[in-house]
Amino acid sequence: MSALDLSPPLPQRRGAPMARDFVLLGAILAVGAIGYVLFPNNLALFTRIIALMLLVLSLDLVTGFCGIATLGQATLFGAGAYAAGIAASRYGITEPLAMLGIGAAGGALAGAISSAVILRGHGLAQLVLSIAIVQLAHEAANKASAITGGSDGLSGIAPAALFGLFPFDLWGRTAFFLGLGVLVAVVFVLRQLVRSPFGMLCRGIKEDPVRIRAMGASVYPTLLKMYVVSGAVAGLGGGLSAVSTRVVGLDSLSFGLSAEALVMLVLGGTGNLVGALLGTLVVVWFEDLVSAINPFHWLTLEGVLLVAVVLFAPRGLTGIAGQLRRRLGGRRSS
Amino acid sequence: MQTFLSIGTDALAYGMVLFVISIGLSVTMGLMKVVNLAHGAFAMIGGYIASYATRDLGLPYGLGVLAAVAGTVLIAVPLERFLYRRIYGAPQLTQVLMTIGITFVIIGLANFALGPTLKTVPLPEALQGPVNLGFRAIAAHKLFAIACGILVAGALWVLVEKTGFGIRLRASVEDAAMAAALGVRTRIVYAVSFALAVALAAFGGVVGAELLPIEPYYALRYMVTFLVVVSVGGAGSIPGALLACLLLGAVETTGRYYMPEFGEFFFYLAVIVIVCLFPRGLLGRAE
Repeated sequence: MSALDLSPPLPQRRGAPMARDFVLLGAILAVGAIGYVLFPNNLALFTRIIALMLLVLSLDLVTGFCGIATLGQATLFGAGAYAAGIAASRYGITEPLAMLGIGAAGGALAGAISSAVILRGHGLAQLVLSIAIVQLAHEAANKASAITGGSDGLSGIAPAALFGLFPFDLWGRTAFFLGLGVLVAVVFVLRQLVRSPFGMLCRGIKEDPVRIRAMGASVYPTLLKMYVVSGAVAGLGGGLSAVSTRVVGLDSLSFGLSAEALVMLVLGGTGNLVGALLGTLVVVWFEDLVSAINPFHWLTLEGVLLVAVVLFAPRGLTGIAGQLRRRLGGRRSS
Repeated sequence: MQTFLSIGTDALAYGMVLFVISIGLSVTMGLMKVVNLAHGAFAMIGGYIASYATRDLGLPYGLGVLAAVAGTVLIAVPLERFLYRRIYGAPQLTQVLMTIGITFVIIGLANFALGPTLKTVPLPEALQGPVNLGFRAIAAHKLFAIACGILVAGALWVLVEKTGFGIRLRASVEDAAMAAALGVRTRIVYAVSFALAVALAAFGGVVGAELLPIEPYYALRYMVTFLVVVSVGGAGSIPGALLACLLLGAVETTGRYYMPEFGEFFFYLAVIVIVCLFPRGLLGRAE
């Protein structure tokens, strides 16, 4: 773009984000295709990454866009996973898309319920409430072993062939493509959502809830709505993990997973959805590489990484990328 | 009646161990407004040092406790200087991430250096075996833990309410900028209270080693428990922390006696109810 660009900015802005959305979707598909071609034996790992991406995206919706500090996001992921898993193993609903739908519904319901508690607090109280909720859900799932399988995990999930045509194979091809399709659709919808007036309202609440209330908008119902959306996205992730791995374990409903999701989000960068995708990809892949050597080395490395991000790159990987782009852009124009 | 007394003494011992460890966290969170999730890691370091000193070096128990407290403070002070000082006043999420990071590193290093096995701190003769209290016999180390809790609560009360340092500490909690303007060197007050908090954590880690066993995941397993206790009691309030520990200790122990299969269900249910009713903690002050 030249310095003497006098074209009216508004119509251009209106068109540009949509174009950028398609670039992003293209990039996701390209990365997926490269992964599929280069690492055909790692498709199960990629499907896991996609499921976790959905969880981290959902966390970005509440933390990055609404400013709600939560260490309990796995509640929604686990609710989706258990909803889909129980539907398949106890009620014989094995159609994969139906399982995903049930997972999303379960996550949305869990989002509505847990937000009623979490939104009551602020700051430290909010953080503690979110932790208490995920621990409570974990203990409840452990106790209700007749329904959830308890600490043995929920097994007996046998998803039917996708569209009746593509059975879930040993290499996880079908699950991988299903996951990639779901991810692309979710990212597209969320990009529209966060740009909509509703999304802008959420950002406003994050900046200054008092002012938003003074403007006449209602804060609590808006946050509740966002929590339900976030729950649906996380639940989709949980459902996908149930469909692809065929088991649901208690670890999908744990404080540890919640904390890890937060780590991925912050490493990638909050409040732009891209950071959530990038952070998850980088963290899980590195975790897989390093853990193969020694899981405790990974813990040390992850800790060092976290401290470094907080000290030197508080806006995460996408923040670094944005800075680089601005610096390069500045050099070109000068 | 017998069961009631058993639950009572167990709950008291558990609550007191919780209190000794988390009172330090309460002080740092009330004073410096830092959500320090690495607090449990300091308790774990204390336990490790005591275990090494008594088991491998053969030092007596008392010296082991001293070594644990001194060693942990030595490790923690540089951390305060170079890492914590940068997150004073930062958003809570930032503090959570930084301190989770520190915890991860400590867990990884502890496992690398000392292995994943459980470490014990051998008790001296006097603390082994049961003590007959007339109505029933209870383990001596539990009595010791209860005594330590009462001692710590009393000593802290004297320190905060009756000494010059306590006055400066309370002034800094009240309004750090105003205290600094009046000549209180808040930076030193911060550093000293941080060291004190860590020393208490290490002490609690050693005293409570029988109830909360020392292993690399200690820091992660009890990270949440300590944070929860502080927020239920109200950050910065000593009586609040004591009340929260006794209350949550009672809930947890009673739940374990009567419905062990529910695990920590009732503990967290109680937390949700209390935090919803008292968002600033039981005895926390409004801001």
